[in-house]
Formats: sequence, structure tokens, C-alpha cells
Amino acid sequence: MVDYKVTDISEHMSFLEMMDVLNEQLVNQGEEPVAFDHDCREGICGMCSMYINGEAHGPDRGVTTCQLHMRMFKDGDTITIEPFRAKAFPVIKDLVVDRSSFDRIQHAGGYISVNTSGNTQDANAIPISKYAADEAMDAATCIGCGACVASCKNASAMLFVGAKVSQYALLPQGRIEAVDRVKNMVAQMDLEGFGNCTNTGACEIECPKGISLENIARMNREYLSANIKD
Amino acid sequence: MSGFFKSSIGRKYAMALSAFFLMIFLLQHFAINMLSVFSPEAFNETSHFMGTFWAVQYLLQPVLIFGVIYHFVMGFILEARNKGARVSKYAKNNGAANSSWMSRNMIYSGLAILAFLVLHFIDFWIPEINTKYIQGDMTGLLADGEGFRYYEELTHKFVSPLRVGAYVVAFIFLSLHLMHGFSSAFQSVGATSMRKKKLQTFGKAYAVIIPLGFIIIALYHHFNH
Repeated sequence: MVDYKVTDISEHMSFLEMMDVLNEQLVNQGEEPVAFDHDCREGICGMCSMYINGEAHGPDRGVTTCQLHMRMFKDGDTITIEPFRAKAFPVIKDLVVDRSSFDRIQHAGGYISVNTSGNTQDANAIPISKYAADEAMDAATCIGCGACVASCKNASAMLFVGAKVSQYALLPQGRIEAVDRVKNMVAQMDLEGFGNCTNTGACEIECPKGISLENIARMNREYLSANIKD
Repeated sequence: MSGFFKSSIGRKYAMALSAFFLMIFLLQHFAINMLSVFSPEAFNETSHFMGTFWAVQYLLQPVLIFGVIYHFVMGFILEARNKGARVSKYAKNNGAANSSWMSRNMIYSGLAILAFLVLHFIDFWIPEINTKYIQGDMTGLLADGEGFRYYEELTHKFVSPLRVGAYVVAFIFLSLHLMHGFSSAFQSVGATSMRKKKLQTFGKAYAVIIPLGFIIIALYHHFNH
């Protein structure tokens, strides 16, 4: 851990803007800036991945680090910033972690196979209940930031995988490959070295998109059903 | 189903199923113990039936022992695996901001329950096995032959304030374990959110009433004998 003192911070700044000011100061002093992930800075890309004062994305709820404002802290506060820590998220440098384990889980089954030869059925022509559509949409809002893994005392990825399984399991297009999807994604999740879910609910609280634990329950049901069918 | 119970989710199901079995067992154990407060005769009769009926002794008892051992061993295995999933610890972690103490410390409440079970086995189960299967006395009678021995043995164990104190502490830990464990088991087997809310309420009631009942039984016998 290294201590830095940052000055000229407005309460209206985002946390990442504060990091920008810090890095500017460090560069001006001829020091190495602190490496951190960021991209869209509007809470969509899921890149910013800091563990701030003991919580993923800091003390605010329903926000990513780029949406966290400095007004959440007091002037003169010492803020502890760490990278997301998990065996499956190795630290690349400073606050930058490698979350490609999430990509590999997605590659294992987080998709549907569609014939794009020109005879593809219009998705809007398939009747879907409002409930299923809403639930699938809620699951699909997962941005894969990894806050669930970072917050879980077991570094479990079940909220992420549960959301990705659910968004397809709820829709007719996703049912066709449902058995293979859940089995392959869970197998890849286990292979990556994530811990087991013990239902503490920390992931749901810290998730910037409010992904519900219901998605883990649905994945568990899907997994049992897939193993019985197979 | 090949490999199901080797997967992370399969192990969740297995932990939950063993937990369900243990919670049902706890309920019937509580019901029988409660008889000792209201009717020593009924307690003696029921204890003798449970201790000599072949289905209980040779079918349910082995399943219970397997369930207890499985739940503890798998709990420790999963805890070790979970610890290994985060090799580098956080310098600052505010767990209380997003989860209950009970949910984060199941391993410690579980260890306290395990320590209690050792005491409980030494107190009741091992002497019972010794009397019935080593000495071969299946009558369930007192040494003088005047009635059943079960109630006498139970009340005798609760004379020592130290033992009663240990029982009270153990049941507080059992309550903490159940506070999270009850609803967690249902979540693990995929209970839906609507049912889960009712189950959480029921689970909290179960987690308070059953351990509190056991504590009251222990204190009742301590202060009445």
C-alpha cells in the first residue's frame, strides 16, 4: 500500500476524475501514475474495478466507480483503494485486474446460435410474456464488472454466471441450447477457480446494476434440470 | 447426473439436502425432549421406542450419522476451497456493509456446534450405544428395574451448571447458524423469491424457537432437580 495526498478535489468530481487529478500530480512530480481500468465513464462498460474503503465501487449503491462522486467522502478522509481481489482475477498492475475469466465463461455458453443465412426468424414475431421479457432484461443488464466476485467473501462468480444463464433461460430462443449452456458455463466457472456461493447476498447489494440473487436460484434450478435431462 | 455432485452447484445442493435432513431431525429431537418437561412417562416411552425400533436404529441412525459427518466435512472442504479463491486478502474489507455476521461466519458457528456435538455424543450417544450394543441391555430399564432409565439419565446430565452453560452457549451458536442456514438451504435448491420471503420469515422463527426451546428444557431440568 502506498499513501498519496491529493489536493484540489471538488465534491462534484467522480472518483475516476479524482484519480485523474492524482495521476496528473504524480506525472508533474515525475512519479509513475497509478494504473486503473476505465472506459465509458457512464456506468455501462464495467471496466472500473476498484475496491474502495472495503467495498466494490465504494460506499454508494447501484453505481460503478465512475459514477461514484467525491461528495460521498469528507474532506481530509483517507480512502483505501485496492484492486478487485480474487484468484480468478489476477492483478495486472496497481488497480488493473485481468477479468478474462468472465470472457471464457461467456464463450462456454453465453450466447444463442442463430442461422443468419437470410431465413432468420424476426425475434419480435416470437411471443414472450411481459414477465419473462422483464426478468430477462433485468438479468441482461449485468455489465460483467466483477463487483460480485470482489464483494463475495468466497470470490464466487455465481451472480455473474446466474445472470448470464438467466437472460437466455427465460427466452424461447435460449431454451434450445439451455442444457449445454448451463452445464458448460458452470464447468468453466469452476475451472477458473472461483469460490462457492454461500448465499451471503453481498454480491446483490454491491452489484451496480442490482442483479438479483433470484438469478443464482434460477441457475441452480437450470443446472439440476440440465443434469437430470442429460 | 455424472459429475453433478463434484460441481460447485451440485455441492450446494448436497449441503442443502443434508441441512434439510438435519433440520427435520432437530425438530423431532426437540419434540421428544419437550415431552420430558410435560410428561416424564411419555418421554421414557418415546425414548425407548426410538432407541429400540429397528427402522430408527438401523436405517435412520446411520443416515443421520452420515448426514452429520457429510455436512461438517463438506462444510470444511468448501470453506478451504473458498479461502483458496482469494489468496491475497483485502487490506480493508467492510463485510458488514453488505451481509450479515451470521452469513459470513457459518464456519465458526459450525465449529461451535461441532464442539457441542462431541460433548453431546460423550454425554448421551456413546453411553447409549455402550448400554445397548456392548453390554447388550435393550430393556431400557433402570439398574433396580424400577421403570425406564431415560428420564433419570437426562435430568442427571443437567445437574452441572457448567454443562448447562455449555449447552446454552452451543444453542445460541446453533441459532446463529440457522438464522442464515435455513433460508440459505432453500436458496441453494433454487427456491423462488416469492416463496423465499415466506421461508425467510419461517426460517427466522425456526432459528429462534427451536434453539430457545432446547435452552429452556436444559434450564428447566437444571433448576427443578
